[in-house]
Amino acid sequence: MTISTTGAGPTGRAGVAVQLLDLHRSYGAVHALDGLTLELAPGELVALLGPSGCGKTTALRALAGLDDPDTGRIVVDGRDLTNVSANHRDMGMVFQAYSLFPNMTARDNVAYGLRLRGVDTQSRRRRADEMLELVGLSAQGGRYPYQLSGGQQQRIALARALAIQPKVLLLDEPLSALDAKVRRNLREEIRRIQIAIGTTTLFVTHDQEEALALGDRVGVMAAGRLEQIAPPAELYDRPATAFVAEFVGLTNRLEGTVSDGTIELVGQRIPLLAGSAGPGRVTALVRPESVRLAPEAGATSHVIAVSFLGSLCRVQVALPDGALVVAQTSAAEGTAMSPGTAVRVTIDPSPIFATPA
Amino acid sequence: MTASTPASEQRPGADPALGGAGSQRRRWAGTYLPLVPFFFYVTLFLLLPTFIVLVGAFQAADGSPSLESITTVVTGPRFLAAFGRSVQLSLVSALAGAVLGGLFAWAVSSGGPGGRLRQISVAASGVLAQFGGVMLAFAFLATFGFNGLVTLLLRDSVGIDLSKDNTWIYGMTGLTIVYTYFQIPLMVIVFLPALDGLRKEWWEASTSLGGSSWTYWRNVAGPILAPSFLGAVLLLFANAFSAYATAFSLVSQGSPIVPLQIGEAMSGEVVQGQANIGKALALGMIIVVVIVMGLYAFLQRRASRWLR
Amino acid sequence: MTTRGQRRLSVTRWAIVIVVGGYLLLPLIAMAEFSTRGDFGSRSLDSWIAITEDPNLVEAIITTLAIAALTAVGMLVLLVPTITWTYLRAPRLKRPVEFLCLLPIAIPAIVLVVGIVPIYSILTRATRGNPLVLVFIDIILVLPYAHRAIDAGLRSIDVATLAEAARSLGAGWPRVMFQIIAPNLRGAILAAAVISIALVLGEFTISSLLNYDTLQVVINLLGKRDAFVAVAVSLAALIFAFVLIFGIALVAGGGRRRTKETIEEAVVS
Repeated sequence: MTISTTGAGPTGRAGVAVQLLDLHRSYGAVHALDGLTLELAPGELVALLGPSGCGKTTALRALAGLDDPDTGRIVVDGRDLTNVSANHRDMGMVFQAYSLFPNMTARDNVAYGLRLRGVDTQSRRRRADEMLELVGLSAQGGRYPYQLSGGQQQRIALARALAIQPKVLLLDEPLSALDAKVRRNLREEIRRIQIAIGTTTLFVTHDQEEALALGDRVGVMAAGRLEQIAPPAELYDRPATAFVAEFVGLTNRLEGTVSDGTIELVGQRIPLLAGSAGPGRVTALVRPESVRLAPEAGATSHVIAVSFLGSLCRVQVALPDGALVVAQTSAAEGTAMSPGTAVRVTIDPSPIFATPA
Repeated sequence: MTASTPASEQRPGADPALGGAGSQRRRWAGTYLPLVPFFFYVTLFLLLPTFIVLVGAFQAADGSPSLESITTVVTGPRFLAAFGRSVQLSLVSALAGAVLGGLFAWAVSSGGPGGRLRQISVAASGVLAQFGGVMLAFAFLATFGFNGLVTLLLRDSVGIDLSKDNTWIYGMTGLTIVYTYFQIPLMVIVFLPALDGLRKEWWEASTSLGGSSWTYWRNVAGPILAPSFLGAVLLLFANAFSAYATAFSLVSQGSPIVPLQIGEAMSGEVVQGQANIGKALALGMIIVVVIVMGLYAFLQRRASRWLR
Repeated sequence: MTTRGQRRLSVTRWAIVIVVGGYLLLPLIAMAEFSTRGDFGSRSLDSWIAITEDPNLVEAIITTLAIAALTAVGMLVLLVPTITWTYLRAPRLKRPVEFLCLLPIAIPAIVLVVGIVPIYSILTRATRGNPLVLVFIDIILVLPYAHRAIDAGLRSIDVATLAEAARSLGAGWPRVMFQIIAPNLRGAILAAAVISIALVLGEFTISSLLNYDTLQVVINLLGKRDAFVAVAVSLAALIFAFVLIFGIALVAGGGRRRTKETIEEAVVS
């Protein structure tokens, strides 16, 4: 388990500190949480990323109190909440879908938490309207959930969670059930709102683009443990483990030989990141945008296919030894190539990660 | 489904290239002819008898059109009392069955759809709900009758002798207890799907917002289940109202409820030529049940609107 | 939910199951106890054996089983093609067919029998009092439950897509019905058949008022003569129905998971 602490959370914001300390949770033989330790700085948004079954949702639910861990402690704002029941933890939670109460209007849904706290009708209504405006749905207050679109429902869910001014905001894959375009717009809104209000936030997702775009820091989980937690750029450029290197971003796998801490690939010597395998035969992990292509008559590599993605292209290339690499090029360069074009392949010499062959 | 319909399912005659009016008719026949056996069968054995009942209700004993039969029923104290008792019996057993069955359904559903207890309960409920009236009556006599298990146990152990004033079993009290028995499994069958519709996210959202069990049921689950619950009560009411066999087996004297009076009129036991009184009673029963089922259908639609 | 809350919930759940379940099991236990009473407080199966020794009873059992089997078959022949056809070719008639199938709930047996007398007096005379003639009306009684079961089954297998796929590969309608759809409906068909059989076994109202000696009618008469045998045969009929329904759950449960859900859907629906 590696924790990178080189990224500092934003300072000068409201919000409380959260600590998940050495959590263990097993279901029979399955270790959903295997010694997870995670700390969130006040006001920070941490994105918890990982494949299904890695334990990220279990971690979130443990923090919420919906799923008690077997051992470990949960501390929020200096208070030990491990044995506190879920309805006394003062947290706001947004679920993946279907969490709005269908028998209440949007406004009543948002005001529900306030009603439970005994806030009087007028103040409740005022605060609910404030929240509706914050998420841009003032006009939909009187509608029922079945009359709202998926994106609108999630905004109401967010408003409802924030209405009670929670200590921590918990989001369990809130965008996974939405269409791609809605997802992207809502993602940005959530971030904007979170920065404005400053609540410490834990955001669980399996979509790495989402995690990298949203988080102050991103934590990658696998098999119940935290592989690495760092600001997005660091996670992307300097992965600490093979899992992180493969899970985050697209990767090419190229075999090569290591000696003296460098690896020989396509005729170049490229340095390796700390923690890589070697010496001897290893598999290097190379990002498509690090692969450069130059059309050259007589070159030994040639193009297999070109995928046009709007602002860029992904080009599949066959190397002389038969290995396939995917390179990322600008749209102009990519459209100039076609299957069969001979190209010279070079790799950007910044450090890369290697795993045992 | 977004699959496009093949040409054969479009409106008959939509494609003129496939021939003129002759093929139109042929295609229409091809589509609807296979359904004729069903409609014919149902008309002969369901709609025709219903029609006979409706027509007969508006006839006098000799067959001439008149309101005499209906008037006799509506003004006769015997008949009105029977309707009253039928309504009371059905209402009480429906409410009791709904509450007990609802609780049981909730207890069984919390284990998830795959749970062993749930599967057994559902299968058992399916059988018990069809537990014919005669068998149920005897089951109750074996329990609470003169030589029934509970009667004997109570007599030998606690000294309470139920057999001393045994008529309670054969009267309205006994009927109500027996009716409740078969209402419970029916309630389980009807209400479980509604309980399944309660999403776990609603409970979790309510809890994380600070709610307790009580606030959840009062503000979320209760209102959501209310239409389905009321609908189930109505269904149970209609079920009890139309039941004949159980009462026939248990009641030895007289015909206190409407179904028994219809049976009586049919077998001509009391007065000859009462056949059309039976039809008038049947008409009254149809009206009650149709109103109840209409309300049930309305509530079902209302319940599903929210849960879309 | 926290483990504390879960534990408290468990206790409540089990308390309810025991109390209500107990209320439901009590008469069944009483029936078992009552029907096995021997002389001077001993246990004996005499009443059960007596079932086989009463010719009227045995004949009624056989007759009723025959009526039940014919009703199940008749119902399937009438309903499965009809409802499937409304799904595939005549969707506009789906609602009317459903309405007609649910109509017997509003026209209960006691009412139906009043109107069916003229029709059945013709049938009785034509068949010289053969009780199998009850099959016709029993099919009607069974319609609401059978429709629910078959409809649930068709919905869960997305029959329209299956049929389109088969047709696009060149299958004619009969092949689609028998080779594609029917096998996938196994669970629903079994469920509908079992519900029909259970209903016919318990049917009393129409049989008695039309003066046919089916099982329930004979049990009722027997009750006045020999209560012990009457209770024994009632319990036997109930056990038979239980065995049937658990039987199909096993048969269908051996198949795909979806079929099992179809059965529960059909019964609970």
